[in-house]
Amino acid sequence: MKHLLTTQGLAKDDAILLLDTAAQMAATQSRENKKLPTLRGRTVVNLFYEDSTRTRISFETAAKRLSADVINFSAKGSSVSKGESLKDTALTLHAMGADAVVVRHSASGAAHQLAHAGWLDAGVLNAGDGMHQHPTQALLDAFTIRRHLVGGVGHDGRGADTSAGADLAGLRVAIVGDVLHSRVARSNVYLLHTLGAEVTLVAPPTLVPVGVETWPCRVSYHLDKTLEQWQPDAVMMLRVQRERMSGGSGAFFPSPMEYSRKFGFDAHRLAVLPDHAVVLHPGPMNRGLEISAAAADHERSVIVEQVANGVAVRMAALYLLLSGEVSENTDERTAP
Amino acid sequence: MSPGSRMPASSTTPAGAPAGPSTAPSSGPDRTVLGEADISRALTRIAHEVVERNRGAADVVLLGIPTRGVQLARRLAERLAQIEPSFDGEFGTLDVTMYRDDLRRQPTRAVGQTVLPGSLGGTVDDKVVVLVDDVLFSGRTIRAALDALNDLGRPRVVQLAALVDRGHRELPIRADYVGKNLPTSRTERVRVRLADVDGVPDSVVISPTASGSPSGPASDQDGGER
Repeated sequence: MKHLLTTQGLAKDDAILLLDTAAQMAATQSRENKKLPTLRGRTVVNLFYEDSTRTRISFETAAKRLSADVINFSAKGSSVSKGESLKDTALTLHAMGADAVVVRHSASGAAHQLAHAGWLDAGVLNAGDGMHQHPTQALLDAFTIRRHLVGGVGHDGRGADTSAGADLAGLRVAIVGDVLHSRVARSNVYLLHTLGAEVTLVAPPTLVPVGVETWPCRVSYHLDKTLEQWQPDAVMMLRVQRERMSGGSGAFFPSPMEYSRKFGFDAHRLAVLPDHAVVLHPGPMNRGLEISAAAADHERSVIVEQVANGVAVRMAALYLLLSGEVSENTDERTAP
Repeated sequence: MSPGSRMPASSTTPAGAPAGPSTAPSSGPDRTVLGEADISRALTRIAHEVVERNRGAADVVLLGIPTRGVQLARRLAERLAQIEPSFDGEFGTLDVTMYRDDLRRQPTRAVGQTVLPGSLGGTVDDKVVVLVDDVLFSGRTIRAALDALNDLGRPRVVQLAALVDRGHRELPIRADYVGKNLPTSRTERVRVRLADVDGVPDSVVISPTASGSPSGPASDQDGGER
């Protein structure tokens, strides 16, 4: 693996290797000394063209726990605000000797362009590009689901994880909310499908993207019906992305109150689910809009654990992208 | 490296062909230097030596280095428990992948499991740690293991048990307990086969490298093949 740009087309073996590696990384994070020497001397650049707190901090933590040097580059207050193009920024990073670039950009496809345009020879990790993909988020969601529903770690998440090598075959995952603007939903649909899970998207018709019929999932417009009749093992709530809704918050649904009534997750809807079901949210949450405080803080909510698992998954991705890189390149060159 | 991932590959290497008089002229026949009974006797002797050297097995913690070191640690733990009833028969695993010095020279390796015996409470402080590996070659795996161990606590003593010492050390490291010293040429390949990993009877086999090219100084692989 040289880049991690999308979960679409990610091979099942690679996905499971990422999850298994993340499990080993997570095990090291309960030690007193959390730091590993693995990527000593490598440089990871966080290139963030969009606001982000948790993803950037998560990547920064992951890189530092593996002893890599981290350089943070955010568009605000940098050469980008003076009009520098992505290409020139990439050439600068190349000249500085970046080994991996973690990129978040508002344009869908920016990570792909950065990886394949020949500006850089570093590994590229997509940390969210527009309304396209956010692969490490999907991996951490799959990792969290696997730990709880296959590995049997218990509600507190502290039991032994016995899910090494396993996929998510037969599990039902409902992804609820603003699918249209969500790269998290897109990444999850493809990854969960690859891992053998069934996915149903639940959203008002205005928040379902055109072309969804080509995705490997079902679509429902009724949350209550889906929860009662389909009995999902995991429910993933999506943030209502008001900043991407031009024309005011009323453009896609009549009122926040109506959205919350029909598509918000609360303790009442939680009670309908099977006893083992878990609730996920990629954060940041709009409490009272897509998820109620009672549901967010419920013992079956794994939202806080998702953050911890995010560090382990990003450590795994950085390890797998950076550790064997040099020899892979030489192998290609010396191959007959 | 996890037991399932790279193990099968190592058993399909060219040198894995059965030894016979019709082998290609460039590569001599495989030699089996230790059989099932020899390995069993060597492990029993090592278990006795561990008890003798440490005057019992009170603080002894066996940590196997994946993949075959883990199985050897399990067998040593069984024998220690027979010799010393106070020993609880537990053993752990110590994965050294992320501490290797050749990560940038080898294809990406899968990370293995590190599991300490449950009774330790997550630290090896003040214990007598016995690292267990199958083949001691360059010593680089053990150097990585010492670094990995350092992150788990501060043992009172660290000792090393190896089923086979084939020489050609590149670092000032020696084993405290050796099953068999095998004089080898650097170009030869030493392979340890264990029933519970490889599905064939226990054996240690020396074979000439098929291509005749030395496996290189940094090739202290974590398989049973060196």
